[in-house]
Order: sequence, then C-alpha cells, then structure tokens
Amino acid sequence: MTPKLVLIGLVAGLFSTIFGVGGGIVLVPLLILLAGFDSRPATATSLAAIGITALAGTILYAFEGHVDVAHAALVGLPAAAGAVAGTSLQQRVSSRALTLAFAFLLLLVAVWMLAG
Amino acid sequence: MSVGLVAFALVLGFAAGVLAGSFGVGGGILFVPTLVVLGLSQLDAEATSLLAILPTVLAGTWRQRSYGNVDWRAAALLGVASIAGAVAGVQVATSLSEDLLRRLFALLLLAVAAQLAWRCRRPSPYPSGP
Repeated sequence: MTPKLVLIGLVAGLFSTIFGVGGGIVLVPLLILLAGFDSRPATATSLAAIGITALAGTILYAFEGHVDVAHAALVGLPAAAGAVAGTSLQQRVSSRALTLAFAFLLLLVAVWMLAG
Repeated sequence: MSVGLVAFALVLGFAAGVLAGSFGVGGGILFVPTLVVLGLSQLDAEATSLLAILPTVLAGTWRQRSYGNVDWRAAALLGVASIAGAVAGVQVATSLSEDLLRRLFALLLLAVAAQLAWRCRRPSPYPSGP
C-alpha cells in the first residue's frame, strides 16, 4: 500500500504545480483504481492531501515571486463559502444535470483559452 | 481593478467553491482562467490558484472530518510524496512558454469535461460529491 500511495502522491504533486490545480482530478481516480479506496474515503482523503500539496506549491512559487496574495484572497475566500454552500446544494439539485452543466462550462473555457 | 472585475472574481470564486464542494475537485480548474481574465499571466495565475485553493480545502476537510471519511495516514503519505512531485512540476512549468502552458491547461479542461460527461453516461465509479 505505501509504495502505491507514494507514487500516487508524486504524480498528484507534479500535476498540481504544472497546472495550478489541487490534484484531486488525478488523486481520486488513482486512489480508487490503484489503492482500492471506496469513493467517499477517496474524495475525503484526497482533499486532506491536497492541502499539503497546495501549501507546498504555494511556497515554492512564492520564492520565485509568482504568487499574488490579493488576487488569491479575491477568488479563494468566496470559494470557501461556496464550498460549504455546495455540499448542501448537492442534495437538492440533480447531480446529473449539475455534472453536465459543469462539463459544458469547462468546454467553453477550454475553447476560449485555445482561441485566445 | 474595476468594480465589474471585482464582482466577476467574487462570483466566479464562489462558483468554483460550489463546484469543489459538489465534485470533490474543481477549485483550481476555475481559479486559473478567472485569474487570467483578471490580468495575471498563465504562470502567475497557476501559482496564485494554489494559494486560493487552501481556504476551500480547509473548509472541505473540516466538514469531511466530522463524517469520519478521511484516512489521515494515507493523506499524510500522499501529501509528503506530493511535495517532491510539486518541486519537479515547478521546474517544468517555469521552463515552458506562457502559450504552451495555456494550451496544456486548455487540454486539461477538455479532459476533465470529457471525464465528467462520461460519469453521466453510466453508473458512476466515482462519487458525485463528498
């Protein structure tokens, strides 16, 4: 179990700083497929691991002068409120509709980034 | 920064949090494009996104902890191992051009969009939320 977790952690960390994301996108599927986690513990455990990854990435990038604290607060603080709201919203909205809407939003953003 | 852009950032930040809370992923993937719209370079947006992720993760982990779903030993191992990966990732990201970094990010968005759409096609192996 331990070597698998170390390997998954390495991949997630690499992914995190190359893309500026937490790494949950790779952590959750890898924990389920390689480490035999059930889906709920995989999601919860990946969230805790992402805290360490994102902190490390922030410190590494801050040394090179790439972190803008004011901008981080501007999007990060409302997001914390949104995350708390999101967990309760989950129970009321069809998760299929929400998932498809999210996928469509990401598609639009991708097209915008490729075009710009 | 104009009032409009500040409002845009607050709304997108909130939306990113809602999605992170609903899907277990999705904070950073919206922070980066939002920060680019606000005028940051792709690399600065990615670096800043990592700091912006922290409050959401803290809120999310605190909520999950009360449900007893977190495997703390595994999380610590994953987290510590990820630091080595993060060091390598910073080297990669800082050596790539802004344009290439942006295109790679767009490909990641397409991959995640496809993965989400796939989840809707058949019974999901992943949770739709925490």
